[in-house]
Amino acid sequence: MYIKQLSVFVENKSGRLAEITSIIANAGIDIRALSIADTTDFGILRLVVNKPDEAEQVLKAAGLTVSLTNVIAVGIPDRPGGFAETMTAIADKDVGVEYMYAFISRDSDRAYLIMRVIDNEKAISALQAHGCDILDGNSIYKL
Amino acid sequence: MENRIFNKEMECMPRKELEALQLERLKALVDYCEKNSEFYAKRLAAAGVTADKIKCLSDIEYIPYTTKDDLRDTYPFGMLSVPREKIVRIHASSGTTGNPTVVAYTREDMEHWTEQVARLAVAAGAHEGTTVQICFGYGMFTGALGLHYGLEKIGASVVPTSSGNTEKQLKFMRDFQTDAIVATPSYCMYLAEAAHSMSDKYPMSSYNLKYGILGSEGSTPEMRAEIEKHWGNGFFCTDNYGMSELNGPGMSGECLYRDGLHINEDHFLCEIIDSASGKVLERGSTGELVVTNLTKRGLPMLRYRTKDITNLNYEPCKCGRTSARMHKIIGRSDDMIKVRGVNVFPSQVESALIGFNEISPNYLLVLRREGYSDSMEVRVELIDGGLLENYGALVALQKRIHDNIKNILGIEIKVTLVEPNSIERFTGKAKRVLDLRNS
Repeated sequence: MYIKQLSVFVENKSGRLAEITSIIANAGIDIRALSIADTTDFGILRLVVNKPDEAEQVLKAAGLTVSLTNVIAVGIPDRPGGFAETMTAIADKDVGVEYMYAFISRDSDRAYLIMRVIDNEKAISALQAHGCDILDGNSIYKL
Repeated sequence: MENRIFNKEMECMPRKELEALQLERLKALVDYCEKNSEFYAKRLAAAGVTADKIKCLSDIEYIPYTTKDDLRDTYPFGMLSVPREKIVRIHASSGTTGNPTVVAYTREDMEHWTEQVARLAVAAGAHEGTTVQICFGYGMFTGALGLHYGLEKIGASVVPTSSGNTEKQLKFMRDFQTDAIVATPSYCMYLAEAAHSMSDKYPMSSYNLKYGILGSEGSTPEMRAEIEKHWGNGFFCTDNYGMSELNGPGMSGECLYRDGLHINEDHFLCEIIDSASGKVLERGSTGELVVTNLTKRGLPMLRYRTKDITNLNYEPCKCGRTSARMHKIIGRSDDMIKVRGVNVFPSQVESALIGFNEISPNYLLVLRREGYSDSMEVRVELIDGGLLENYGALVALQKRIHDNIKNILGIEIKVTLVEPNSIERFTGKAKRVLDLRNS
């Protein structure tokens, strides 16, 4: 039901993102989705990759502060209102979202959301009731 | 650990006798300087001081202070008080801020120095048969050779690994089942961190390290607790103090009760002065430590201004020694930073940081001038990945660190989280302050 996501602490310095992602690249790991949010001093890079455990290992070995957590990957219809309806469905059940990022897929009518919510189980049942697809790790890592 | 004393006669001497011995040695030293040191003869004559004017210990106040600049100005041998052929050892400071300062020892000076170090090593827990790894850099620096001679004197097995090459250090530590290490607090911590990072291959239980004899830079009680926790297995560390101008390590060191550093007072006469006015302060006051080396002859040191801030405690200690104890160095009169008119010692920031397990023990203070006002930033390394789930946790950590420092220093500070290992590690004295205010 969950997929593994890496969070990496990144200092706000030019070239740092290139250095960090090169570590993953050199290990032959493919990025499926990513998001970065930053303050003036630092950022948190969030990554969904094809081999999350290996990626965690190489990043830690490089001395970085990393965590691996379970997040929810949701498939939604790629049409006007598709995202808003999904948000309404979970808001109606009082599920808070910590952060989220989205991407569209190679299939023309689907988009994906990677979500970190306060209450995973509640979110999943709300999303399923709404008719959303909850993806497991294998299907996301192979995208 | 057993409370041992290397030289009971000298270390536990009744204070009255000790002070009589100090007075006798002070007179002899002044007399010696008048006759053998061109440098001091001139100084003493200008101040009108002769040995027979010294009637009690407080008469030392007539003697002018000696400073590091005196050593620099007379580089290399202007303060020597014996013919060159009587010198058996020469050390020098790095001289990063001008001429190096040279110190030289006669054979008798070496014996005294070795005795002083032997006492602190025993007070710190070492004894015959202890295997001790010396992780200070050998060379012109007095730390390594000073400890080396003192430890050999008490019959310890000395392993002179010198500094650096951390993996080799740890290998010997495991293979020789080293009991104790001599290191700076920051290097001792670094070694523990490195041992942990290899613990998949070599578990912490493969080390037999029982105590650390730490010196060359100060450490706060919090940092010490952190080092002990990192090594685990009851690892116990003590601090010692000295400087090359006063032989090197050996002036003072902690006993197992760790309530101040016992001064080898039969060799060192200590005073506390006000740095700015140069006035001697009352007993118990905190101020700059001034030391007269009563027994050194090759290059005598009369009333040397150490620039270290401390205070002296003359109460007897539970260990049985009667010697005065100096408080851990609170700061350097020239390390003291003035930020917006407030006196700040890096050690205060350090004690405010320890206890935060989310960050590593390394930090860097950065000072800037913005407009007409100073700003202070502290950079700390985030090591807890568990905080990456939401910014709120990181911001809350920054705020807790900020509040803690502000409580201690009373001034604003910006807390910046940086990546692990991005702050430079030092095998020698750590540089904790980057002052960009005049650049």
